[in-house]
Amino acid sequence: MPKQYETVIGLEVHVELASKTKIFCGCSTAFGSEPNSHTCPVCTGMPGALPVLNKRVVEYAIAAGLALNCEITKEFRFDRKNYFYPDNPQNYQISQLYLPICQNGKIEIETEEGGRKSIGIHEIHMEEDAGKLIHDEQTNCSVIDFNRSGVPLIEIVSDPDMRSAKEVISYLDKLRLVIQYLGISDCKLQEGSMRADVNLSIREKGAEKLGARTEMKNLNSFKAIGRAIEHETKRQIERLESVGNILQETRRWDDQKGVSYSMRSKEDARDYRYFPDPDLVPFSVSDEWIAEIKKRQPEFREEKMARYQKQFGLPLYDAKVLTETKELADLFEATEQICKKPKKASNWIMGETMRLLREKGMEAGEIQFSPKHLAVLIDLVDTGEINGSVAKEVFEILFEEDMDPKAYVEEKGLKTVSDRDALLAVIKEVIAENEKSAADYRNGKDKAIGFLVGQTMKAMKGKADPGAVKEMLREMLARTSGS
Amino acid sequence: MNLMQLTAAECGRMIQNREISAVELTKAALEAVCAREKTVNSFITVDEIYAVKRAEEIQKLIDNGTLTHPLAGVPMAVKDNICTKGMLTTCGSKMLSDFIPSYTATAAAHLEKAGAILLGKTNMDEFAMGSTTETSYYGAVKNPWKKDCVPGGSSGGSCAAVAAEECLYALGSDTGGSIRQPSSFCGVTGIKPTYGTVSRYGLVAYASSMDQIGPIAKDVTDCAVILETISSYDPMDSTSIKRRDTDFTSALLDDAAGMKIGIPRDYLEEGLDGEVRKAILQAADVLKEKGAVVEEFDLGLTKYAVPAYYIIACAEASSNLARFDGVKYGYRAKSYEGLHDMYRKSRSEGFGEEVKRRILLGSFVLSAGYYDAYYLKALRTRTLLKQEFDRAFARYDVILGPAAPYAAPPAGSSLGDPIQMYLGDIYTISANLVGIPGICLPCGMTEAGLPIGLQLLGDCRKEKNIIRMAYAFEQTRAYRRSPLAVSGTADHK
Amino acid sequence: MANIISDQLIAYTAVLAELELSEEEKKQAGRDMGQMLDYMDQLKELDTSAVEPMYHAFSMEGVFREDVVTNGDGRRDTLANAPFCSENGIIVPRTIGSEGAE
Repeated sequence: MPKQYETVIGLEVHVELASKTKIFCGCSTAFGSEPNSHTCPVCTGMPGALPVLNKRVVEYAIAAGLALNCEITKEFRFDRKNYFYPDNPQNYQISQLYLPICQNGKIEIETEEGGRKSIGIHEIHMEEDAGKLIHDEQTNCSVIDFNRSGVPLIEIVSDPDMRSAKEVISYLDKLRLVIQYLGISDCKLQEGSMRADVNLSIREKGAEKLGARTEMKNLNSFKAIGRAIEHETKRQIERLESVGNILQETRRWDDQKGVSYSMRSKEDARDYRYFPDPDLVPFSVSDEWIAEIKKRQPEFREEKMARYQKQFGLPLYDAKVLTETKELADLFEATEQICKKPKKASNWIMGETMRLLREKGMEAGEIQFSPKHLAVLIDLVDTGEINGSVAKEVFEILFEEDMDPKAYVEEKGLKTVSDRDALLAVIKEVIAENEKSAADYRNGKDKAIGFLVGQTMKAMKGKADPGAVKEMLREMLARTSGS
Repeated sequence: MNLMQLTAAECGRMIQNREISAVELTKAALEAVCAREKTVNSFITVDEIYAVKRAEEIQKLIDNGTLTHPLAGVPMAVKDNICTKGMLTTCGSKMLSDFIPSYTATAAAHLEKAGAILLGKTNMDEFAMGSTTETSYYGAVKNPWKKDCVPGGSSGGSCAAVAAEECLYALGSDTGGSIRQPSSFCGVTGIKPTYGTVSRYGLVAYASSMDQIGPIAKDVTDCAVILETISSYDPMDSTSIKRRDTDFTSALLDDAAGMKIGIPRDYLEEGLDGEVRKAILQAADVLKEKGAVVEEFDLGLTKYAVPAYYIIACAEASSNLARFDGVKYGYRAKSYEGLHDMYRKSRSEGFGEEVKRRILLGSFVLSAGYYDAYYLKALRTRTLLKQEFDRAFARYDVILGPAAPYAAPPAGSSLGDPIQMYLGDIYTISANLVGIPGICLPCGMTEAGLPIGLQLLGDCRKEKNIIRMAYAFEQTRAYRRSPLAVSGTADHK
Repeated sequence: MANIISDQLIAYTAVLAELELSEEEKKQAGRDMGQMLDYMDQLKELDTSAVEPMYHAFSMEGVFREDVVTNGDGRRDTLANAPFCSENGIIVPRTIGSEGAE
């Protein structure tokens, strides 16, 4: 019988924090500027420049630590990680090895079987990001852009508690959601504001001891992570069975080719000579400060789901869908706050809003319209000022242009005609023009009423309440027996 | 009257009294530089045009009453590892032979604001690594007292420039004695402040946990005035400390009564030159006569300070100097193959021997397998040393001793034996390891005609104690003399 | 000399420090380093087992910066001293194939 193997996975997740300025200097972290415009002596490693720590970065790191049930280190320090590379202007990275800001946390994920599993968080540490290198094949040169140099990161290091790609994705999903709810990062894998390195080893099922692990880098999407895990598991099993050992190394995933490469090179001596940064003295975190940050923590998904069911009487399904992203939950709550119709707000968000997002390939974060205008639209339908199908048409425009729906409806004359006499006149005409259907109805073919409603709505150009039309038709047909 | 023989404070006062002008004084300084540089070589950069223009501007501000600082209009120099916006800053190295900073170090900026006239940048041991100012890429500095002797280092250029009356004062930096030891050899006065008192922003780091900028001048009064001006809490420097007691001139009191002075016995024992020993003990007697209580005591652990210092300093330096790689500024090798070859060639060609030696040692003591045995061991030794000094300062206000075991040695005699050279720092480096302030001032001459320096150490934040004792000593036994009167470097009548 | 520093160890240290040493320089550096380590081994005489390491000159507590943008466009100053650069940035030999670390 072939040996049974178990995959053991731990993750190192880098999250770029959404502070306004860099971790050690007053340069902006904004995206999309001219290369090297957000730079100063500090983040370009000029001689004599010194780092000063951004308070918000620490608050964000502590907030993440609290959300992931970590212990907060009361006196933390920064260490220098020494290695030469041109995107790293000092040729050392300021990071945390010896006393990271958060330690010993855990987070619950859902497993494939629908159960729950706790994943340990070994530590969270703060560090500075590197610049970007732009390669030019023609000149065989690279150009450095230091705009990202010094942008704050936290690295969330998990324990080796995951056993499959599915668990890894579930963990990352959970992590992303928590961080989005905290508002400390936008967490976009593709744009690099969230990056995951996968530490993977295999061992025979039932074995205690961990095998030698590899670290996989350059994983830019959840799909890539799944593929890389599958591929690396297979590679390690094959190597173990043919060569007999696994080399502890860093590998780079090539998602296009679906293979990984060893990043070992003769030029690199991987001895980082970490030591406490003498330019930065130890920092204290007081209990008061932690309490303050705790007080500011947002309501997380589980709490929100429970509240939506209890406070608004929403079904579990609605509560789940609305809290899938913070943006949808925020939109729902803001809309409900104005119109006080939770179920209707929920329906608009789960229905039309999500349909349009899907159709346009957009994320919830890209929603442009304001909750105020959605609330107005809900009211317009509710008071019968417009009917449902007009509302859907109006919403499509609202989704794009965020105009005031009330003004729009009036301007375009989309309001339901509530003048009974005018409506009666049209109904009379419709009956006269469709005598056969009228006769069918009177002869007991109830279905025929639908056709007459449709004809009336058509004649009204949609600006009537179909329910009211139906009622009036029935009345009229009952009163005026045919010839 | 030769203006350059005056002190900075005297000149500042005459400028405020309109007896002389900043321009007149600046021109006198530039003439002195012109006359003596060929012999002394204390400057790497002198910007005459800038200095005169600046003096004219400053004089206007003095005339309209805007500038009343006691140093306004006084020409000075800055050690070349302290960044000055728009002016070459080389650190004495080929590596930075064309580096022009876009920022001014906080300490230099304070003087600029006070109306100082910057003449130029002074020569130094490459990246402040040395005790002789012979490792500069821009040539060795000569001792103004005797040109075949070294001026000490690494602030040898700043001390020689003050001694040779090329400027009225200068800034130096002190990581292991680099202000005090050359002050001793050149017969000038220099202070290394309490760590964190003067901002390190803009000082090119050698060993960040020990580097401090300090004043070098002709007497204690000048040093107190300058230190008062450059001391500040700097939000740009995380190791800067908040102090309210930086009114150092208030300690210029000719009064030693009741002060307790301790002389470490092991500072007087083997290795100390007889003439230096005698001068130091005489200085102690002067203070005793003035009412101080003076006694000898055992400081302990002195011999361990040197190895602990070199491990820590080299470890920090190996990381601090990693940024010099031929990419962002400074020297890049002319030909190379690929990235790492470019790094290696640029660094190997750009750095001198002593710098490379220290970078290698520092990389080694931080590397896997040696970190605990050397780096951590040195840091633990530092704790023990701190405890020794805490015990001493529980009993004494001031620790008195030599700044160096001997007067200035002959040029070319030190670099061959690094350990012997490092041992020369034995009296100064403890202050850097434990962060305490120290002052060095002249207290005598050897028979060969070289100055001897007296070092006074105080507890953290207790500069006033050492300034007061130094001032009291100076009032009774002023050894301020001009080397120009006795040596061949004199050029005036 | 108690500490014998092999050529290999010197070569390894030189790689860490990104220094290129000739054979002769390696020999000299090995002798220097051996001598200095002998001297530094004096510290072994001290019992420091119960002593905390002292990273800074004395105990200080870190202070923070507020998260406020204080710096403007720094491009000109950043590129001003570069030995080799274009309008967009500093130019180095192509880095692909000699990966750094994160």
